Order: sequence, then C-alpha cells, then structure tokens
Amino acid sequence: MTQIWDFPGGIYPPENKLLSTACPIRNAGIPELLILPLQQHIGAPAETIVAAGDRVLKGQKLADAASGKGVPVHAPTSGIIDGIVQLPVPHPSGMSDWCIVLKPDFHDEWMPLQPASNYRELEPELVLELIHEAGISGMGGAGFPTTIKLKQPDGRSIHTLILNGAECEPYITADDMTMRERADSVIAGLQVMTWLLRPERCLIGIEDNKPEAIAAMRAAITNTQIELVVMPTKYPSGGEKQIIQILTGKEVPSGGIPADIGVMCQNIGTAVAVSQAIFEGKPLISRVITITGDTVQEPGNFDTLLGTPVEYMLNRAGVSMNEVHRLVLGGPMMGYTLHTAKVPLIKTSNCIIAASSRELPDPPPEQPCIRCSLCADVCPMELLPQQLLWHAKASEFEKAEHLNLFDCIECGACSYVCPSSIPLVQYYRYAKDEIRSRKAEQRKADRARERFEARQNRLLREQEEKELRRKERAQAAAEVQAKKEADAQSAGTEGHPIDERAAKAALVAQALARKKAKANKVVPPAHGTDNT
Amino acid sequence: MSIMWTSILIAILALLGLALVFGAVLGFAAVHFKVEGNPLVDQIDSLLPQTQCGQCGFPGCRPYAESIANGGPINKCPPGGESTIKALAALLDIEPQPLDAEHGVEQARRVAVIREDECIGCTKCIQACPVDAILGSAKHMHTVIGTECTGCDLCVEPCPVDCIDMVLLEPDIRDWGWSAPKPGIIASDRKGADT
Repeated sequence: MTQIWDFPGGIYPPENKLLSTACPIRNAGIPELLILPLQQHIGAPAETIVAAGDRVLKGQKLADAASGKGVPVHAPTSGIIDGIVQLPVPHPSGMSDWCIVLKPDFHDEWMPLQPASNYRELEPELVLELIHEAGISGMGGAGFPTTIKLKQPDGRSIHTLILNGAECEPYITADDMTMRERADSVIAGLQVMTWLLRPERCLIGIEDNKPEAIAAMRAAITNTQIELVVMPTKYPSGGEKQIIQILTGKEVPSGGIPADIGVMCQNIGTAVAVSQAIFEGKPLISRVITITGDTVQEPGNFDTLLGTPVEYMLNRAGVSMNEVHRLVLGGPMMGYTLHTAKVPLIKTSNCIIAASSRELPDPPPEQPCIRCSLCADVCPMELLPQQLLWHAKASEFEKAEHLNLFDCIECGACSYVCPSSIPLVQYYRYAKDEIRSRKAEQRKADRARERFEARQNRLLREQEEKELRRKERAQAAAEVQAKKEADAQSAGTEGHPIDERAAKAALVAQALARKKAKANKVVPPAHGTDNT
Repeated sequence: MSIMWTSILIAILALLGLALVFGAVLGFAAVHFKVEGNPLVDQIDSLLPQTQCGQCGFPGCRPYAESIANGGPINKCPPGGESTIKALAALLDIEPQPLDAEHGVEQARRVAVIREDECIGCTKCIQACPVDAILGSAKHMHTVIGTECTGCDLCVEPCPVDCIDMVLLEPDIRDWGWSAPKPGIIASDRKGADT
C-alpha cells in the first residue's frame, strides 16, 4: 500500500455523478456543422493552412502551430471547409474568435494513417514530434500543449509521473467512464509518457468513489511497475498541486511548476489521446464529454467530435431546452455559464451541465463578510480568502498579490462555504486579471519609453554628426582660401604672371585631390534614413 | 574650579571631534553615494503612460514628470486619465484632482493606421512619430507598426494627404479579463429588482 498524505482544507459537495454513469460511453455522431476554434488551449492560436471550399479528409491538418506554444488543429471528419470566420467560442467572456467551419460530408473518410507502435525504437524527439503533430494539449485544465510539458525541462529531471484520475469535481464522469472502458488505452498512453520521461515512479491517483474505474485500472496495470493509489474523496483532490501533495507529500513552491520538484501530472484524456496518436496514428479529433443535469433525459458520456456545437449535444442527450435554467461548461465548481448553446466543444471541454432552476439556482445576493473564517478553513492553498477579498474590493491589488493571490487555484471551495454568498472566486479572478492587465500596460509603457529615448539619442547623434561635418567643410574651405591667397601672393612677389589656364588647372587638380581624400576616408554610415 | 573648566573643555573637544567625524562621513557619502538625476522624476515618469503625445503641453512624458516633481499640476495627462492621476496623487501624497479638460479628454486606446493606397511616401509622419513606430522611406508606402504605436495622434496632423486614421482597438478575447462582481442588491430588495 502506497503511503498517502492529506492536503489542507477541502470540501465535500454532493457528487451527483451517478446521473451520468448509468450507461456506457456512446458515440455522439456527426453534426451538420463543425466549428473548430483556432485556439483551444492556453498558448498561441494555430494558423490555417486550408481555404474555404477545400475538401478535407478525416484527420487532415487544418491549421498548424504558428509558434512554439501552439498545437495543430485537425479535421474531425471528412467534408468541405465552409469558411474561416469569427464565431462565439467557449470562453467565459462569451466573445468570438477565429474558427474553421467544416461542413461534414458524412462519408467519414480517414486520411492514410501512420501508426508508430514500435515507438521504443524511435528517437524520443521523433515521438514528441508525433505527439505535437497529433495536436494534443492537456485535456483537463487550461490545456497546456503536451509536447512542451513532456520535453525534459532543462536540468530538471522528472522523478515522479502522476496520472490524475481523481476527477474530484461533482457531476463530471468523463475520466471515470474512460478508465472503466478504455483502461488499456490509458495505460498504453501512460507508458509512452513514462518511456519519454523515464521517471523513478509512476502513480495513478483515483478517488475512492470510483470503484469500477479502480478495478479496471488495477487489471490494466498488472505486470507493469505503475502504482495505483486510491485516495479519499475530497474536493479539490484533483487539483494538480493537491494531487501531488496527496501522493508525494511535497508542495509545489509558490509561483513554481510541478517540474520544480521533479513531478509531472498528466490527465486521463491526454493519455488516451497520446495512445491513439502513437498506436493508431490518429490525431486528437474527439474526446469524451459528460452531458448531465436535471433537464437531460439521457444523461451520460459521449465520444464527441471536437467542434460539435453544444446545441447538437443537448439534442442528442434529449434536453428540453425550455427547462434549462443555466448551461454550464465544465463542472459546477470551476466551470462557467455559457452565453449561448451555439459554441463548439473543444479539446479542454469535459462536461456540460444543463441545470434546472432548482438544481443550480441563481446565486443569492452577496451579503457583508462576517469574518466567520470558513473560507480560510477550506482553502486548499492555505491562503487568506477574507483578506484577499478585502484588498480586491478596495482595488489594493499590490497587497493582494503580496498575500499570494496568484497561488489561488480558483477551486471555488471558499465561495461554496461562504454563508454570506460572496462570489469570492470572481473577486480573485477580477483582481488577477486586473493585475495582469496593469502589468501588460506597464510593459508597453516601458517599451514606448525605451523607443522614445532611443529616438531622442539618435536625433541628438545625427545633429552632432551634421554639426561636425559642417565644421569640417568650413575648415577645408578656409584652408583652400588661405592657400589661394598665399599662391596669389607668391605669384605676385615673384613677378611671374601666371596665365589663367594654369591657375584653373591647379584648382581642378586640388579639387580632385580633395575628392580622392574624402573617398579614402571612411564615411560613417548615415543613420536616420531608415526608421527601423 | 579648574576641574570644571577641564570637563567643559573635554565636552567641547568631544563634541567637536564628533562633529568633525560625522562631517567627514557625510561629506564622503555626499560625494561617493551621489544619486544621479532626481529619483522622484524617475518614479513619476514610470507612472506616466509614455505615449509621448505632448497633450500636457510638455515635449514628452519626462519633461512633464520633471514639472510635476517641481510642484506642477498632476492632472494634465489625458491618455493616463484618472488612474494615472490617482497613482501620482498616491505617490506625492496629495489630493487627486479631476482631469484638466483643457488638455483633452480620456478616451479608449487607439492606434494609427495608414490608408496605404493613399500614402504618397512623404516621410512626414515618420518624423513626427515619437516612438519610431512608422516604417517606410521616401516615395515608398509607409505603415504603422501596430504593436508599438502609442496612439498619440502626432502623425495625423503632418500628413499632407490625410491618409492616417486613428482606429479604436478591437476588444480581443485574449485581452479579456473578469470584471468585479456587481455590487449586489440586498436580500430584501431582490424581489423588487427582479420584476
């Protein structure tokens, strides 16, 4: 039995997971239209390499990573590119972003696939490249590109690889069902990652409320060195920092990443995607999504093509739209309310909750903080939620930052227990974004100042150079004048009248000599003509 | 009697000695730890938005910072707006004043965009740009480097063919941030507000 630790705080919200585990993962099918946002994760958006009207095959690359921090986007099925337009994307702002719209032809015709089952004989760089080309980014949280994460961070080796099967948030069962039904695929993907990272230990953490998943995974890891650890159910044990603390007893330093203490976490869905990319050659074009909530007639998990509109999925699961009070993407703790059901599902979407007004009622009005300190008791990061709220409300962002605001994982435990119904997490998100935008503005101002000063210096230098050249010219002219006078004088005293032609020839000779001297002298390159 | 005089003398000498020692230390410090420039000006300058637009009546942000350091008004910077005035007031420990409308009004951030078909390549805007954010050469089309433009307006005036537009920045999903929760109604007001 592997030793486990505990993390501070935490809550025990109603799980509501049984709703969606009754039936196995179903195939969602192909919708009329697929909407593929160019940015489905943190990092940089991808750049399209197809044009409207092109016919594409299933699995064909539609957009390529523009910079190091992006991943490609692939066609989830065969069809015609309808256009590249701005459409609402799943984002708390409800704003639009660039999307590729694909009209499926329902032939579902694959492009030729190139599996690499013999990956152990390949160079690790090549395997990483395959994972990158498959468009895999983390499928749990913010969606960090998996290749960047798997590349050995310079000088730091990973001694513990953790597969996060906690799935601690209520309602969501996508990872649970994946582990139950696709345990072999999960383990195969995990083994690719262990081969790349070569950690000393490889752990799978699963909460004890998923006995079927535990049994399936236990069967899948026989004859491997992977350890399965059953952890007590407590929210947010699936938070990256929390699961590391539970399984290793170590804390990720403030502002650091798990690699700083030699640990890495990967998601269940990511492991499946890696296994599909390596053993089947298939890029990431679908994922398991939980559709659940009181208003859903057939709640459950669906194998969904990326880009499928939420609307289609709601129809598929039999949601009576007029009963839906709130549509939440993600879990009830960390998800956000969708403004429209037209947004597509993306690589990081794991759950849709179509809730009735009884299930997820409007938040009651915020009341004053009574300093009960319940929030501080449940904070898994041991922060001071009341103090952070105070500073965020007073726009004293520096003080909030000083109290480690940026260590907040926005798990929502504080808001959950608050008897005054204060939307604490929203205050922290607001304060964080405000600090970020101020810093960005400061950087921009500093840059403008630098450029301004560089320009001032350049103008000054040009002025000085001009002055110098003017002085040189004046001096040369004076010298010529003096020489002329001396010549004239000597000619006069010697009494030999020089004929005009000879005098002119002498002048021309002088001018030529001057020009030659000037050409030999290295002229400093003139600045200012180019304004780069 | 002489003991008293001696002790007075000792006291005077001791004080004199101390005065000399500390004087020497202070003199040394004044020479060796001299701060170049006025640190207050630097602090003020770092709070200004660095658009270098000259709307305050000074040729650039730093001269304005110098004037503030010399006790000038702090409400002459429209690009910085209220937040800059507040930050300056906090730094200088004085009362914030409303923005002086004489110098312009606070407006959303904009960038200059050249209508490239109409540009005649006169380089006048290049010379006007305080942050070298316009690219081009004589008789060739010019263009604005959008990420470097501070939106100062200074290039608009010199353009002989009026081909420069100041364009409002489109809100981008990547710059979006959460807003503060709206100050709530109290519980007993709830029914009334909903209807």
